[in-house]
Amino acid sequence: MDLTFNESESAFRNELRAWIQANHPGDEPAGEDDGYAFRRDWQRQLYEAGWAAVHWPTEYGGRDATLVEAAIFNEELARARAPFPANVLGLLLAGPTLMTWGDDQQKQRYLDPIMSGEEIWCQGFSEPEAGSDFASLKSKAVRDGDDWLVTGQKVWTSGAQYSKWCMFVARTDFDAPKHKGLTYFILDMEQEGVEVRPLRQITGDAEFNELFLENARIPAANVLGGEGNGWTVALTTLMNERAGLAFGLQVAMKVALDELTEELAASGKLDDPMIADELGSLHIKCEILRLTAYRGLTATMKYGQPGPEGSLTKWMWSQGNQELMQFATQALGVQSLAGGSSWGRAMLRSRGNSIEGGTTEVLKNIIAERVLGLPRKK
Amino acid sequence: MNFDFTEDQHEIKRTARELLAKRSGLEQLREAAEGEAYDESLFSELRELGWTGIAIDEQYGGAGLGVVELMILCEELGYALAASPFLANALGGLMIEHAGSDEQCAKWLPGIASGEATATVAFASGGTAEVVPDADGAAVIVLIEGDSATLVARGEAEVEPVSTIDPTRRYARVSVSASASGGEALSGDVASALARAEVALSAEMVGIAQRTQEMAIEYAKERKQFDTPIGAFQAISHRCAQMLFDTEGARSATYFGGWAADADESQLALASAIAKAAACEAALSVTASSIQVHGGIGFTWEANVHWFFKRAQLDAAMLGGASKQRARVTALTAASLAVAGAS
Repeated sequence: MDLTFNESESAFRNELRAWIQANHPGDEPAGEDDGYAFRRDWQRQLYEAGWAAVHWPTEYGGRDATLVEAAIFNEELARARAPFPANVLGLLLAGPTLMTWGDDQQKQRYLDPIMSGEEIWCQGFSEPEAGSDFASLKSKAVRDGDDWLVTGQKVWTSGAQYSKWCMFVARTDFDAPKHKGLTYFILDMEQEGVEVRPLRQITGDAEFNELFLENARIPAANVLGGEGNGWTVALTTLMNERAGLAFGLQVAMKVALDELTEELAASGKLDDPMIADELGSLHIKCEILRLTAYRGLTATMKYGQPGPEGSLTKWMWSQGNQELMQFATQALGVQSLAGGSSWGRAMLRSRGNSIEGGTTEVLKNIIAERVLGLPRKK
Repeated sequence: MNFDFTEDQHEIKRTARELLAKRSGLEQLREAAEGEAYDESLFSELRELGWTGIAIDEQYGGAGLGVVELMILCEELGYALAASPFLANALGGLMIEHAGSDEQCAKWLPGIASGEATATVAFASGGTAEVVPDADGAAVIVLIEGDSATLVARGEAEVEPVSTIDPTRRYARVSVSASASGGEALSGDVASALARAEVALSAEMVGIAQRTQEMAIEYAKERKQFDTPIGAFQAISHRCAQMLFDTEGARSATYFGGWAADADESQLALASAIAKAAACEAALSVTASSIQVHGGIGFTWEANVHWFFKRAQLDAAMLGGASKQRARVTALTAASLAVAGAS
């Protein structure tokens, strides 16, 4: 066991930290569109300095960062309270999926604009009737000469209003079993047949959208991974969804927790043993998340896949962050729920944590069946 | 960054698992618990294998390995719920080695390392500790009172066996009367010695949680109701997933505590508090949950899960329970933030 960082990892951290310090863009402006533009500029800055996609291989413009370095990257960004790059879905999901399944032309065409933030990507998987049971999706694609025409509806599409491309999964074979008849497409969002309607969430913001498709056109060259292979390709995307982010999320949680600790200390509330107890419990959960994420990372490096602990970090984070935000607003008092306090909004936003990227209930099913070997659910 | 055991450490874990499966299976455990007596030959065997001295310096007859290796053994002994004075002796040894004088170390550690003259440790109040593990058979008892610790030879203390809800371990009430010599103080860093003991104790609880989690899963696969293995029902399977969540979290925290003890003392205070809090919670919740998964059978004397539940109750209360640790975590964190803010 060696839970220190080696020389090259420390050098990576120091170089990055110095760069962020010198180039920190400041606080994100209020307002959805302004915030987005700000994060897009930030990504451009990262790109020009070679920091946008550290986990990508060098042949695609990344730094070939090790898993530890990728973890450090997310930690440092969060620690500096610097924003995540605008094209986060492109960098984390579309890029790696293209690298695995794309042909040379596709890689050539799409990867660089993902990294620079010039072309934003969104993810068209979930549908109103296909959430956790994603393979039952109904959007359909039919051949029209050299093209495909897609019709259907998607939901929870973050950033669709800013996106040029969509990772889009549709049914191309209605006779095949539900996992087999799917195809993964690269859908151009800038066309007649695509309508984006913002979906207001409980915070009042609209990070997500509904997507309505009416004979939207996709050239055959934009199939990714082959016709009928959509389920397998989509799994690559979903696997990437859960990797890497944990470290950034953990540090963001730690930053909020430390801020809360300081606020409670300043107001004398830490002298209340009930408050001290619950705060201690949250610090423990936050540290356990960090340690468990590093255990998973070690297992991935050594054995090619995380051990049983790897499936737990998303659950640990969502539960911990929700408890933190709920506790914060109650402990700080009612003024934390009044306009102008960031805690109230953060508390509301945290309710989505246990739903987005796989609900806790589905994670428990996966853990029960794949990690614990329990029989398939009834 | 390598959060995994070395090959040697994995080997220690495997060997311990195999040996204890043979020498301390559930039947042997039941015999020891129902007879309220240890199988002396088990502890002899552990002594001969050098387990008792694993973390004690070579100059005192130990193997000179670290808290990590000791933690591995404690986890496996918890997994087997071995009935022996091993843990108490190891905790007492950590206190003396890390907070005692050279003279105290020279006097007591060789016996602790060989297991011929064992030790134990407990929190005391006014010279009395109510429930001390394996005090009756110990040669030396460490009593911690507030921030200080006293070392008392067995002959100087009044030791009266007490029965507890946990028949898998022997406990006793220890008191040192004011008129007696009262023992001698451990002059070193009591807090950091205690932190090491907390990590070792946490490891036993991780082993207990791991074992009862496995027992629940095995039962949930076999037991059928409505023509279906009960583990296929989400009410059961999600409970099992929660057991993994609690156990693995406690394991992460405990292993980190072991590493901090051996490699980065500056992180030990916080790491040990986190480990102890997480391990207490995991041991209590997982053993209780395992009884629930076993249904009516789980509440019977015949099922073995209650031995683990009972040991978990005593372990969790030993050397201060989870709420004390949570308060410590808050205090330590607030203090370090105040220092960072001031600089």
